[in-house]
Amino acid sequence: MKAYLTRRYRFSASHRLHSDGFSAEENLMIYGKCNNPHGHGHNYVLEVTVSGPVDDRTGMVCNLVDLDGFVEREVLSRYDLENLNTLQEFTRSVPTTENLCVEIFEILQRGFPHAHLETVRLEETMMNSFEYAGGTESAP
Amino acid sequence: MVYLTRKAEFSASHYYHNPEFTPEENRRVFGKCNNPNGHGHNYTLEITVKGAVDPRSGFVVDLKELKEIMHREVLDAMDHRFLNKEVPEFANRIPTTENLAIAIWQRLFPKLQRAQLHRVRVYETPDLFADFYGEA
Repeated sequence: MKAYLTRRYRFSASHRLHSDGFSAEENLMIYGKCNNPHGHGHNYVLEVTVSGPVDDRTGMVCNLVDLDGFVEREVLSRYDLENLNTLQEFTRSVPTTENLCVEIFEILQRGFPHAHLETVRLEETMMNSFEYAGGTESAP
Repeated sequence: MVYLTRKAEFSASHYYHNPEFTPEENRRVFGKCNNPNGHGHNYTLEITVKGAVDPRSGFVVDLKELKEIMHREVLDAMDHRFLNKEVPEFANRIPTTENLAIAIWQRLFPKLQRAQLHRVRVYETPDLFADFYGEA
């Protein structure tokens, strides 16, 4: 039987929202306080949902040790206590939480073989969150 | 179609062990969860039902009735119990969060008449939960 398993993780990072494609005035108008040149930080909450048949022998969709180990190694150790703008993946894109959510989804989809990746949900603050399930189709 | 979710909490203990595995395999696969004396969690259960809103009552389901069914079918059987030893489903199934969600679905599904069961979500901790939608 198919079940879905969701695990929550936390990391903290700083970023500045700024695009070289806009003028200084446009950047300020679009990004507001987030365009402050020195950046600012968030305590992010990451939710990873995987799915699959529940293994009769283990009762599990996937072993949490594998999921936790992968996320720690490939995601948390990469982003926790870092300035996102300095990382290679954000040299050409703005480290909005939308783009960070897509990056994390792609890291998991490329490298985590133990269950099907359903969604990645990223809370930037308690008041806003972003969710990505892959694909390019528009939302319903 | 409107979806309605009711929460409940229960506390129970469990351990993970497959008698077909060797002791070494059990320890390797289940880690600390293999401790035969068990350990416990405060579980949070979220039951989501769906249906049309009754034009006379304005309800998808009578919440009091849903609460009673959840208490009778789930909480009375699982709250303050050792799941492996006291809940029959887990005599032969490992009481993981995934299997708990499935067992709770199987208990509730036949008892709900007016509203249709949509999702069973079981939080083992605030940072770990399993969802079951009745999929094969």
